[in-house]
Parts: sequence; C-alpha cells; structure tokens
Amino acid sequence: MSTPDLPLSPEDVAEIAAILDGTAYQRLDVTTARFRLRVARDGDGFTQEWTFGEDAAPAATVEAVATADTGPGIRAPLPGTFYRAPAPGAPPFVEPGATVGPDTVVGIIETMKLMNPVHAGAHGTIAEVLVDNATMVAKGTVLMRLDDTAP
Amino acid sequence: MIRRLFIANRGEIALRIIRTARAMGLVSVLGVSEADRHSLPALSADEVVVIGPAPSAQSYLDVAAVVAAARAGRADAVHPGYGFLSENAAFAQAVAAAGMIFVGPDLASLTAMGDKLMARTVGIAAGLPVVPGGEAADKAAARAQAAHTGYPLLLKAVSGGGGRGMKRVDAPDQLDAQIDMAMAEAQAAFGDPRVYVERFIARGRHVEVQVLGDGHEAIHLGTRDCSIQRRFQKLVEEAPAPAIPADKRAAIEVAAVNLARHLRYRGAGTVEFLVDAETFDFYFLEMNARIQVEHPVTEAITGVDLIEQQILIAGGARLSLRQGDIRPLGHAIEVRINAEDWRADFRPSPGRVTRAAWPAGSGIRIDTHIASGGEVPPYYDSLIGKLIVAAPTRAQAVALLARALDHLTIEGVDTTRDLHRAIVADPRFVTGGVDTRFFEGLAA
Repeated sequence: MSTPDLPLSPEDVAEIAAILDGTAYQRLDVTTARFRLRVARDGDGFTQEWTFGEDAAPAATVEAVATADTGPGIRAPLPGTFYRAPAPGAPPFVEPGATVGPDTVVGIIETMKLMNPVHAGAHGTIAEVLVDNATMVAKGTVLMRLDDTAP
Repeated sequence: MIRRLFIANRGEIALRIIRTARAMGLVSVLGVSEADRHSLPALSADEVVVIGPAPSAQSYLDVAAVVAAARAGRADAVHPGYGFLSENAAFAQAVAAAGMIFVGPDLASLTAMGDKLMARTVGIAAGLPVVPGGEAADKAAARAQAAHTGYPLLLKAVSGGGGRGMKRVDAPDQLDAQIDMAMAEAQAAFGDPRVYVERFIARGRHVEVQVLGDGHEAIHLGTRDCSIQRRFQKLVEEAPAPAIPADKRAAIEVAAVNLARHLRYRGAGTVEFLVDAETFDFYFLEMNARIQVEHPVTEAITGVDLIEQQILIAGGARLSLRQGDIRPLGHAIEVRINAEDWRADFRPSPGRVTRAAWPAGSGIRIDTHIASGGEVPPYYDSLIGKLIVAAPTRAQAVALLARALDHLTIEGVDTTRDLHRAIVADPRFVTGGVDTRFFEGLAA
C-alpha cells in the first residue's frame, strides 16, 4: 500500500506549465508505473489531469442492491442510505397498497450528511417495497414497485 | 520529538498534511475508513491503518477507534485536520491519555472555545468587543435586555444553531409576539426555551484572523474574508479581507492576538469577527481551535506553511516567527469545489469522477484528493477540491480565478464550478467587500 513518494507537488506542476508555456508544445505527458500526469494547454491557460495506476484504481464503495431493472418503479434519485420512515421507530412513509401521487414522499436517502426525499414520481399504488430500511443503495436502484395502471 | 504522525482525517486535508509531514521527514500514518482504503491519501501515506466501517460514526468520529488505530500505528502524535474530532476536547484528552501528542491547542483553550456563550464570556474577559446583547431566561428578562440592546435585534435560541429558532425584531411593539414564538420554537426544537437577545447587524461581513501561538508569544498572519456563504457554509474565501480601512484592519488583528495571548494559546487558530460593512465596527464571534479549510489563502500571501507550524508547536518548539517576519504580499482567493448539483438546491452528487482536469499554471494551487477515476463516497462531506489563486493585486487574482475556472472540468459528478463562475462574474464580487447577503442577490 505504501508508496515511496508523492508524485509531484503543486509547485512542480506550476513549473511544468511555465516550461510548457515557453514552448510550442500543446501538452506534456508523464507516465510512470504509478501515475500518469498530463499538463495541457487549454486556450489561455493550462490543465492538469492525474490518473493513478491500475492497482490504484479506487474500488467502488457503494455496494448496490441488485434489483431487476424492468417495470415501472420508484428509483433512488442519488446514492446513499435508504430509510422508509422519517425517524427511527416512526411509521414508514408508505406501505404496500398505498395510493401515491408524483409528489408523495415515499422514503428518504441520507447522502453526505443530508436527508433527501424520495418522491413517487407518478400516480399509482405501491405494489411492493423492494429494499429494506437502512440499506445502502446505488443511484437508480429500484426501491419500490409502483402499479400505475388506472386506479 | 515527533517521528510518526497519525492523521485522523480524510480527503484533501489528509493529503495536505501528508505533504508537509513528508517535507519534514516524518512518517505519515493515515487512519482510514473501509470506504477510503483506496483513496489517494491512502495511496500517498507511508502507512495506513483501518479505523472502522464507512459511516463516520463508526470510524472518523469514533474516539476509541481512532485512538486505537493511532496506537496500532505506533504514532507519537495525532493531527486531527478540520471537522470530525478536531475540536473535540474528549478526543484530545484520550490522545494525551494514550501517551501521544495532540496536534492542537491545550485542553483549556478547546474547552474555553467549546460553545458560543462560553467563547463570548472569554472574549469579553480578553477585552474584545462582542455583539451587544445577552441571555434572557423569560419574557420579562428579554424585554429588559431588548431595551438595553436596541433595535433591530435578533432573538436566538441559546441551545440552537444553524439559523433555527432565530427571529428578527425591528421595533418594540413586535417584541412580545416574537418572544413567545421564539421561546416556543426553541422549546420544541432544542428542549430549552431560553433565548438570547442580540443586536442585528444589517450588513455584516465575516472576517477572520489567522493566529499562531506557542503558549508564550502569539502573532497574527493577517485577515481572511469569508462573507460569501450559503446557509452558513462558506463558498469563497480570500486574503487579505478587501475594502477595509487600514486602521480598522489593524485593530481587528490586534484584538485577535490579544485573545490568543489571553488564552496562552498553543497552535494555529482562527479568531472570527462580524464586521459591520458600513461602519467597520467589529465584534468577536468565536475562535476555531484548529486548521481551517481556507488556510491556503493565508499561506499564499505569507509564504508560511501553517501545518508545519502546527506540528512544530505541538512538538514543543517556541515560535520561530516574529510578527515582523510576517509581510503579507499580494492577494489570494479560494473557491470550494463541492460534488453538489447547485442548481437543484445543492443536492449531493457522490459517485465516480470519470475525468478530473484541474487548472494548472503560475499562481494556481489545487488542493484535492480527486484524480481521474477517483471515488466520492456518499458518507462524507462533498468537498472534492479547492482552487486557490494568488496574484499581486486583487483585480489580477479575480481575473486569474475566472480563467482558471474555465480550465476546470470534472466529469461523472455534478460540481459547484458554474456557481463560482457566476460569483466571479458578479460586479459586486469584482468590486470586493461584499456582505453575507451576497449569495441571496446572486443572479445565476
């Protein structure tokens, strides 16, 4: 896990850009076993773009709940922890059989310390709740099946 | 003597501390949660110890788990960064009890600045001006206090925070009704009906002073202006605070040093003031006993590595810098790039950053832990990087900031880049010296 040294300091990068500025070159790529740095001309300035080696590629941190991606459903608008009720011990926002409209709040997702409401998004009846309370979900995970046939 | 430094934080500040630790020849030991095992700071540290599971409460905020990880890493000092446990007196105590050095102020300073009412009391004792006002246990006391404070005034819940339970009262005939409501709200929200009466400053600026102390001497490293905020969250910071008469700025700096001396402060700290944008009268608000997110703007104009100073002081050294050594040069501005959809009420936008092209060049500093392919986990705050520009004059810094934002491309998550483009194009910002209502008036 340990690496002997940080690639380059912010001052190093500024210096590379300054060197590039005095040349006709458009960009400079530095590729090592551990990282790739591209400093490129971009209009009247420069950009720096870092990529770290294959081993360094961060693993996905959200273990998505696998659900069928078909049929009308209420999806997670963003990744986070899904809660069915407004507070621990409180009754759930909705139960199967509940009639909902587009703006009905059916759950909340806690992301980055913020509580975000999940709206039903359409008229219909909650057919099934597919995700347990307090489960980490990925963006787009189907949380509930919505029966949207005419009531 | 500090040889092995444990870093009890994550994200850009963890990487920032690792850089200075390396420059000082220290071994950096990073504590990570399960979610951060493969983060850029984890790849950059000399050693990594897993503190606990992804949620902060079980890792970065768990005092016992962090101390255990630091011991497992055979650290002799712990740097807490900002946020998380950085101002937690119980944590500082636990670190010391485990035989390690806490890179931060003494317990007495942490406790003195622990809550706003206590900080106010200490500020008054140190001779600093505070916003006129006081606590009111009941309606009669509130009336008496209001007569003393004058109008317009603010009613605040003593136990409150983040703007909840706050009421503005413009004239005496509105007071009774507003007190009833404020007390009821305070009781409902915080279980404590006590309110606080305070003079309302219509056009206030948030100006803070960076201080360093070694327990004997204290110096300041000039001002920062952080008036551009949304719901008390800072968006843009600059140093020095623009458009303040020189004598008023000097008085603010002296007041900050007086507080640091009064506390016999050891370490880096920030003394926050509310400055009246019309009269430049200033009032002490609180002191942050830690490194701040916006510390790079001060570093940019003073050339002082504040993290290095923190580590030297924590190791027992006396300040090697004298006030006369600090000669701020030029102007620096920092913008916070957050993974948020700012057009959708700043909704968090975690996920994988498929491409991160940050600006580069003379006068530009990027503090980030996010490279192309980097992951922004949903568990922590949304800061993915800071863009800092420095130039000889403020006008040049503003122009450089505008150009640098044009060269910033983040793909895969939403960011606040375009919000900052709107801010930098706003004539009020270009002129400088805006008050805290700036964000409400932003045309974006």
